[in-house]
Amino acid sequence: MSDLPANAAPAAASAPSLMRRALANRALVLGLVLTVFFTGMALISLIWVPYDITQMHIADKLHRPEAAHILGTDHFGRDIFSMIMVGARTSIAVALVAVGIGMGLGVPLGLWAAARKGSLIDELIMRGNDLVFAFPSLLIAIIITAIFGASALNAIIAIGIFNIPVFARLTRSGALSLWTRDYVLAARVAGKGAARISVEHILPNVTNLLIVQGTIQFSLGILAEAGLSYVGLGAQPPVPSWGRMLADSQTMISFAPHLAIFPGLAILFTVLGLNLLGDGLRDLFDPRLRRGRE
Amino acid sequence: MLRYLLKRVLSLALSLVVASAVIFLCIEVVPGDPAAYMLGLNAQEDTLAALRAELGLEGSTLSRYLSWVGGMVQGDFGTSYTYRTPVAEMIGERLWVSLPLALYALALSTLIAFPAGIWAASRRGSLADYGVMGVTQLGVAIPNFWFAMLMVLVFAINLRWMPAGGFAGWDAGAFAALKSLTLPAIALALPQASILARVMRSSLLDTLGEDFIRTARAKGLTRAQALWRHALRNALIPVLTIIGLQFSFLLAGAIIIENVFYLPGLGRLVFKAISARDLIVVESVVMLLVFAVIMVNFAVDVAYAVVDPRLRRGRG
Repeated sequence: MSDLPANAAPAAASAPSLMRRALANRALVLGLVLTVFFTGMALISLIWVPYDITQMHIADKLHRPEAAHILGTDHFGRDIFSMIMVGARTSIAVALVAVGIGMGLGVPLGLWAAARKGSLIDELIMRGNDLVFAFPSLLIAIIITAIFGASALNAIIAIGIFNIPVFARLTRSGALSLWTRDYVLAARVAGKGAARISVEHILPNVTNLLIVQGTIQFSLGILAEAGLSYVGLGAQPPVPSWGRMLADSQTMISFAPHLAIFPGLAILFTVLGLNLLGDGLRDLFDPRLRRGRE
Repeated sequence: MLRYLLKRVLSLALSLVVASAVIFLCIEVVPGDPAAYMLGLNAQEDTLAALRAELGLEGSTLSRYLSWVGGMVQGDFGTSYTYRTPVAEMIGERLWVSLPLALYALALSTLIAFPAGIWAASRRGSLADYGVMGVTQLGVAIPNFWFAMLMVLVFAINLRWMPAGGFAGWDAGAFAALKSLTLPAIALALPQASILARVMRSSLLDTLGEDFIRTARAKGLTRAQALWRHALRNALIPVLTIIGLQFSFLLAGAIIIENVFYLPGLGRLVFKAISARDLIVVESVVMLLVFAVIMVNFAVDVAYAVVDPRLRRGRG
């Protein structure tokens, strides 16, 4: 993480060449396609799904994949494909808001710590980060659930809290190397304060790092949400979620394996897509890293 | 070294105090009256008073915190409100499932990741390298509890090679016990092994590009000799960090995987405690896990300082 894009790489490369490099990066393209596919599915589910998932059709229960239900039906006769579409909404919303919480609090903290490097406030922020790191998001979720009960909102808070130190550390380490730059010195000579320098000069130059890390945390958030819902600490019925679909399918796996296979594949491909996208963006923003990795 | 160690121990103690205070405040103070919370809305006033007395809820917040911590230091975690047994005893029993599971998974993950990472790095750009990178990319993305369910479907239900769930118990012999932990450990190890293999590969590739490797090659060593004799040892530092970090994910991950296999570990204990509003059990299990994570991170830090003197000076 300490290896930073020296300057904003995209500024140096012209837009067409950046686009060409992006299209030549197979991981990036595949990641983008998968991400767009699942995000699109979630968005479409807001206005249309093949079948209403709040209606039970017991007569149609446990159908294998067929023409009318391409991924089959569950034990209440609900269409699995429709449930996966609506579940995508929950997963993506939870993970996205959790990344927002992590960035919204972590980035300012990281900028602040870097601007006051070595001071008490820097030490406090960093030790606070260490402390939060000692609580995996599952433990945070357990604490929150023990007090307030399980809900998608609590899953968001748990994953969001876990994201804060990730972004704070990344921002701080990125910002520290920038504070020694000549243009920052020039800004200080010009009389700009630490806060203004952080926002006007430091933040724009750590944006690439944040986008890449944001993509990775997004994918981790999808996995975490699925895990929390699976053990009953996340979204509660009737809110559909991929993790709970898997939990529901568990007792039926011997005679209806399709109930377990498709939601799992949805999680796998969404996370895979985001990871490939993150890797691809990193290569795109910082070609120096690519040489080391290939 | 001594000064560094002293500083680390001090910060360790501080971390433990703050972590325990946070857990205590969250679980015992935030819900208001824990006795009322545990007994629900329709509790009688005298029942509440009795439970308050039993839980030691009289006195100031600070004195309650101190007696909670003091008890834990002496191995007394309090008494479970639902089971009426000492929490320490309940945790002790469950630990014999969760800890071996986490260690088993850690061992598997290291055993898979090291050869895979080294193999990929030594054949950089080859089909083998692409194969390892592709498989690990999938391994990172797969939800481990789903992978666990698929393994149950294949190896327990269809092939009948392995038990589908439950724990044979250590009394049934180490073989039977380990057999019931094998599928859970594989599921737990898969994502960790994938991450570790990728770190191993990239760390080794970085080291192979260093000057001292070029010198070793110039002396006449083959690429393989340079890798085994010089590069590997130097590439291990980032790998060890990841192993240390993974331990906390393994413990937390074990909580979810235990659910797939109905293993009587800490995970099952804590989820039952949540639904029964047994706050003392939740509090103790969370504290124990956080304690484990903090201790492992401390051990990794100290291990570094022993291996690499530059780190001591840089921080001390």
